[in-house]
Amino acid sequence: MVKIAIVDYGIGNLRSIKTSLEAVGSESIITSERDGIVNADAIVLPGVGAFEGALKNLETISDIILDQVEESKPLLGICLGLQLLFTASTEGGSHMGLDIFKGKVVKLPFGVKIPHVGWNTLKILKPDNPLVREVPNESYVYFVHSYYGAAKCEEDVISKTHYGLDFPSALSSNNVLATQFHPEKSGEIGLQILKNFVEFVKS
Amino acid sequence: MLTKRIIPCLDMMDGRVVKGVRFKELKDAGDPVELASHYCEQGADEIVFLDVTASHEKRNILIDVVERTADAIFIPFTVGGGIRSLEDIHSILCGGADKISMNTAAVKNPEVIRESSRIFGSQCIVSSIDVKRVYVTDESEAPGKTVLETARGRCWWSIHIYGGREKVDMDAMKWAERVVELGAGEILVSSLDFDGTKQGYDLVFLSELSERVSVPIIASSGAGTPNHILDALTIGKADAALAASIFHYGTYTIKEVKEYLAEHNVTVRL
Repeated sequence: MVKIAIVDYGIGNLRSIKTSLEAVGSESIITSERDGIVNADAIVLPGVGAFEGALKNLETISDIILDQVEESKPLLGICLGLQLLFTASTEGGSHMGLDIFKGKVVKLPFGVKIPHVGWNTLKILKPDNPLVREVPNESYVYFVHSYYGAAKCEEDVISKTHYGLDFPSALSSNNVLATQFHPEKSGEIGLQILKNFVEFVKS
Repeated sequence: MLTKRIIPCLDMMDGRVVKGVRFKELKDAGDPVELASHYCEQGADEIVFLDVTASHEKRNILIDVVERTADAIFIPFTVGGGIRSLEDIHSILCGGADKISMNTAAVKNPEVIRESSRIFGSQCIVSSIDVKRVYVTDESEAPGKTVLETARGRCWWSIHIYGGREKVDMDAMKWAERVVELGAGEILVSSLDFDGTKQGYDLVFLSELSERVSVPIIASSGAGTPNHILDALTIGKADAALAASIFHYGTYTIKEVKEYLAEHNVTVRL
């Protein structure tokens, strides 16, 4: 069975991501230790809290994560986990991220209610990406966020979602996949996406 | 496009659902987890649990329900009722809830909103506000209060704490603006005037509040028909509608309500 390390770098709901990964046939552990991450087949960087605090908590293990990604270990970033993978963020000042996705994390535009909370649709630009296998275009998934990653490389964008503007809602770069929405809270579609990630890890 | 959300609310005491819930297909209609799963299958967009357990010592029962719910459903859920401290919030979120809602604790100590939103993120802090109309004949009777015209006369809205038992002489509209400044990510509005009446939501309050704050608003209290929910989301401009008895008694299913909304050009997840 595929073993997934859920990186524990803050405080919040990690139980749901663990349960949902197990529901799609993987074994998962919640860890903030080097060994836990190194010994897993894949890494999930979940999304809890604010950028700055998360980055601080991640400080000691971010090099390990980057090394593992370099060695082709699959990684899935969720929500804030996606944002941490960007070059930089403007949330609470200016902060450098892990720079896997080129671009900046910026606030959603004026004129819409912030945070963006609720079910919104995926406009799938790359239907062949393994993450969205058997996920119909215009599927609903659950979002909760105030910032989004403005990707510089259109190539990285699997899907976009409209809220005030079209922002990237799922991204990929080689073995790194990421969603701005919460697949663990997106019902059947979300479980399909997590299942796709587990399949991607197996392949 | 972002949908409007339909949220069933389950009132709980000592780990059991209170307020008669009648579903023949359920083995145990008092089990909050089974009910939450049932609503999830019907197409609920989120679930709200309101714990009315009087004793703070019985919190571990609530945590057990939270954990079992997190293991059973894959949509977001909120837990409210009796939350006093950052420790309470921490244990509920770590148990698997996505958001917590607070009313009394926030009124008594507004800083708890600021601190909790900074630590856990605004997205999981819902400010719950119980409002009640105070009718006046003239604005001069209510200095500093937000007085508006309603079908039943002029009024301002006071807030209530301790499950509606204690009135606080504060302007609900201004309090809502304050909690947003402090970091609340959503506002859940319940109306003591309309709760249980099945006469519809307090649309005057909702639409005014929606103009004033930048965060999503969840309308609660008063749903008797799908049309009431439609009004809350259109005239009231709420982002989500919460209802209890209309769903619990099986008067309408969540799907029926959503289909009705879709027929009236409201975007919903079907």
